[in-house]
Amino acid sequence: MSKLLERIAAGEVLISDGATGTYLQANGLEPGGCPEEFNESHPQVIRQMAADYFEAGSDMVETNSFGGSRYMLKKYKHGDSVERYNRMAAEHARAAAPPERFVLGSIGPTGEFLEPNGTATEQEMFDVFAEQARGLADGGIDAFCIETMSDMGEMSLAIRAAKETTGLPVFATLTFDKGPRGYFTMFGITPAGAAEQLGAAGADVVGSNCGIAIEQMIEIISKMREATDKPILTHVNAGIPKIEKGKIVYPDDPQRMAALYPKLVEAGANIVGGCCGTGPDHIRAIAKTLRG
Amino acid sequence: MELSDIHNESIRNEIEEFIEREDERRHIIQLYGKARPSLQDLAATIIEGAHHETDRLARAALDDGIEALEIMDDGLIAGMAIVGIKFRENFIFVPEVLACARAMKAGMAHIEPILSASGIEPIGRVIMGTVKGDLHDIGKNLCIMMLRGAGFEVIDLGVDTSPDDFIEAVEEHRAPVVGMSALLTTTMPNMGKTIEAFIDADLRDDVKVMVGGAPVTREFADDMGADAYGDNAMECVEAAKRLVAESAKSET
Repeated sequence: MSKLLERIAAGEVLISDGATGTYLQANGLEPGGCPEEFNESHPQVIRQMAADYFEAGSDMVETNSFGGSRYMLKKYKHGDSVERYNRMAAEHARAAAPPERFVLGSIGPTGEFLEPNGTATEQEMFDVFAEQARGLADGGIDAFCIETMSDMGEMSLAIRAAKETTGLPVFATLTFDKGPRGYFTMFGITPAGAAEQLGAAGADVVGSNCGIAIEQMIEIISKMREATDKPILTHVNAGIPKIEKGKIVYPDDPQRMAALYPKLVEAGANIVGGCCGTGPDHIRAIAKTLRG
Repeated sequence: MELSDIHNESIRNEIEEFIEREDERRHIIQLYGKARPSLQDLAATIIEGAHHETDRLARAALDDGIEALEIMDDGLIAGMAIVGIKFRENFIFVPEVLACARAMKAGMAHIEPILSASGIEPIGRVIMGTVKGDLHDIGKNLCIMMLRGAGFEVIDLGVDTSPDDFIEAVEEHRAPVVGMSALLTTTMPNMGKTIEAFIDADLRDDVKVMVGGAPVTREFADDMGADAYGDNAMECVEAAKRLVAESAKSET
């Protein structure tokens, strides 16, 4: 078993990192710019981001590769850079990682639908995930974090591609929205259903990220916990963005968020971190709350 | 009109099981109660997402001499009306809606050429696009499917649409309604910038603007000066209907 999974199995609660996009936007990424391109053009920013999160108390950080699939990079005309950007993303995080800390290779949705809902074939999508996974593994990640998915078809292909290509552990998280009949992904999967299906698809760690604020995430995690014995990871948004004095802000400051993290752990989470709107200060506050 | 006035059993079951709001139930029962049995059957194929069947029954309806407009209203659009409500209420999700949209498209393939040849106008024309800097289009495309399913003509400007592209499209197509979408909080301000560009181009009074997308809230929509906000694809259709009506009123 990998060192990372051993520590979770031993009952330790681990702390992940905060948002990547939010950090990059604060450090020069233009609105709508390609974050993965920063691995090449702004390596010092990417390394500093990982260093900041480790310094704040993260046991693991994610690579800057969320949109690093060929499907996504092609939209920015970087379709030829998939392996390079992903490898660099992993190398930057690795370079900043102190001993006994970990690097998760981030893989986000392709933005495509599988046939018949869209035009992607299973083989094509598998190959796209395998290509990204190889790049991340070459750069030295410890495990994958496949995240923000809605469709179990796409997620299953990503899990299988990552496992078959690299043999590394896979963490897999879906994104839920609250609708009139409860929590569902865009494709209609419930938190309990997700916990079961992610495990069955081969994920070593299951979970949820993004989409909703921490109060709702606590509910989602407890529903997932009822349905699985697998370790659970969650990356939580700093609330739902709103306007303050003409500027878009995420309402949940580090103290407010951190105060609720013990409940997240109580609900069943084994790895906790932040998603959109969170930064190193959130992680520092969370680490202080959970570790004293 | 009563539920028992509807001939098609699966439509009756759909209404009983899924249409919970009293006003909507009344409206849907009216809609189907007056529809021919063969068009109720056509609507049922839309709800099932059985596009081969939709294709077959739409053709058969035309062969029976039923008017294209009636087939569209009482068969295809009536079908999508139930689909939209089921989607909004979490009874069905994106994959099911996409299947229904494929069926709708199969039906419209028979109807559209006839309608355009006979000069029948759509219920409204809407320009849709994801704003500048944003490459995400899943939500926008869902809205477009639901708009088309409701009888709108939609001009799709795709992703990464600059204010100039929106302005050019409004001038070219004379559409009374523009819908803007964004997934990213960082590109959402480009909605407000596009509205400002409409003002600068002296077009703001000619066009109604609706906005939506994951990070967009009613508060954001009001703040940027949009005319309507939709939380989901159904609300997008409702907003478009309202804005088309308002725009027609202000013209007279």
